[in-house]
Amino acid sequence: MAKTLSEKILSIRSGSDANAGDIVIVPVDLAFVQDTTGPLTIRQFKETGKKLANPSHTVIFIDHAVPSPNRQLSNDHQFLRNFAREYNCLISDYGNGVCHQLVAELLANPGDIIVGADSHTVTAGAVGAFATGMGSSDIAVAFALGKTWFRVPETFKIEITGKFSEKVDSKDLILYLIGRIGADGATYKALEFSGDAVSKMPMSQRLTIANMAVEAGAKVGIFPSDNITRKHLEKQGRGDKFKELHADDGAKYEKIIKIDASALEPMVSMPHTVDNVAPARTLEGTKIQQVFIGTCTNGRLEDMAIAARILKDKTIHPNVRLIVAPASRNVLSMAIKKGYIDILINAGGTIVPPGCAACLGLHQGVLADGESCLSTANRNFKGRMGNPEASVYLASPATAAASAITGEITDPRKVK
Amino acid sequence: MMLKGTVHKYGVNVDTDVIIPARYCNVSEPAELALHCMEDIDIDFVKKVKPGDIIVADTNFGCGSSREHAPLAIKAAKVSCVIAKSFARIFFRNAINIGLPLLESEDAVNSTDSGDVLEVDLSKGEIKNLTRNKTFIAKPYPDFMMKIIEAGGLVDYTRKNTVN
Repeated sequence: MAKTLSEKILSIRSGSDANAGDIVIVPVDLAFVQDTTGPLTIRQFKETGKKLANPSHTVIFIDHAVPSPNRQLSNDHQFLRNFAREYNCLISDYGNGVCHQLVAELLANPGDIIVGADSHTVTAGAVGAFATGMGSSDIAVAFALGKTWFRVPETFKIEITGKFSEKVDSKDLILYLIGRIGADGATYKALEFSGDAVSKMPMSQRLTIANMAVEAGAKVGIFPSDNITRKHLEKQGRGDKFKELHADDGAKYEKIIKIDASALEPMVSMPHTVDNVAPARTLEGTKIQQVFIGTCTNGRLEDMAIAARILKDKTIHPNVRLIVAPASRNVLSMAIKKGYIDILINAGGTIVPPGCAACLGLHQGVLADGESCLSTANRNFKGRMGNPEASVYLASPATAAASAITGEITDPRKVK
Repeated sequence: MMLKGTVHKYGVNVDTDVIIPARYCNVSEPAELALHCMEDIDIDFVKKVKPGDIIVADTNFGCGSSREHAPLAIKAAKVSCVIAKSFARIFFRNAINIGLPLLESEDAVNSTDSGDVLEVDLSKGEIKNLTRNKTFIAKPYPDFMMKIIEAGGLVDYTRKNTVN
């Protein structure tokens, strides 16, 4: 039977004819935790009484609060380091960056099964992996057994045609899509992206889209593995890991959603749900006190380049604080070499170390009561940035940079 | 298994950040998590919740972060079950994995308000609203999940059912 990308990967890895609705057991190619979910996972793993099934494919990321802002988190970090030492698994410590960025840069291969104790594990779908977030119990068991179970998801095919207009990118597209189908519009489903716009879409933009699939409730957000995937892997020195992967012609889709990229404009997600979306131009006049550029959604070199292009020879608004967190050590290093960091700090920005930074409200930019932040992250839930009395708006790096200059939500097409 | 308790009702998209904010995720002790359960959506929840009480919510309950601290906090707050029109995927699996019962029923949610008293028969999936004298049937669990529930959660299931 003709297969969707998810059915194809799960069939190959389970050694069975996997179709939507089936339950399959598959080996796990990569299992990981981070510093907020890791300690609980490790305690549960120890309760199973098993050995670590595959230490060289098990990773502990210390990225959500780095360097540690308090004693409790420092103790958690110490607990994680001790575990990695004892069980001889991989660990990524201070300064390396956000787990999902590092997985995309260094670890994820097309056709892999990747599970992480973090909902944005879906990011690796951009390189053609079947990647999804799970809770601590599931990851503890994946650590112990080296396998997990899935219900094979039904698939929504998202067909993207046309070319983005200037200062519109894949962040606007995914915000638009989530606004259109809702925060639970794809619960349990796979989102599979295709169309002529996708075949030309650079990896950085694919990663942004896959990253936010979970904000529509999806299990995975998956892209074909094609020439762009091959180039991405070659650039990271992993060209040998490339294999081409496409859905079969005639595969069964529960829904087909068509999007014309050329008709999109800069979008903003308003407090306090991601599907509360409106064009940036309709929100002009909305004052913001903080702009945050970074995260697993938009902390890549290409995002730094977009922000730097807009902020070159400009100064941010006196009532705005601009926080920039490159998503990885490599992104930071390249952004320094290319001069982006120099532009951002001279415009008035504050650079914080590679990591999740202000995104989840643990440190490095917790908002005050009544404040609003425009962020390039993926979530704007109440309290997300550490204060339930504050508001978070989500947008692209271009919209964020433009708004940092004006001090209010601004359509980036208006800034020269 | 029979459950009985007073309803605390919430709206759509109750996310795991409001169920348990990230600032408490370095706590893995369930009793301590329970002290902050629902803090960012209902500051009084912890004061008013009694053992056995039931959370009722609209669609997409538990969306957002994969943190298993969310169902753990609810369970440790002695909430006996959560009834919603629908649950987010990761939360659903997490709750089953730690033994927090979830029931899906659109009708039960539509016909229930905060303060109502519900009686739930988990084995039959039957929800009785004692205040309004109405009965509803929730969607049954897939067989595969029933085995995990019967074992007391995934970690126990794994310990009992696999050899090293």
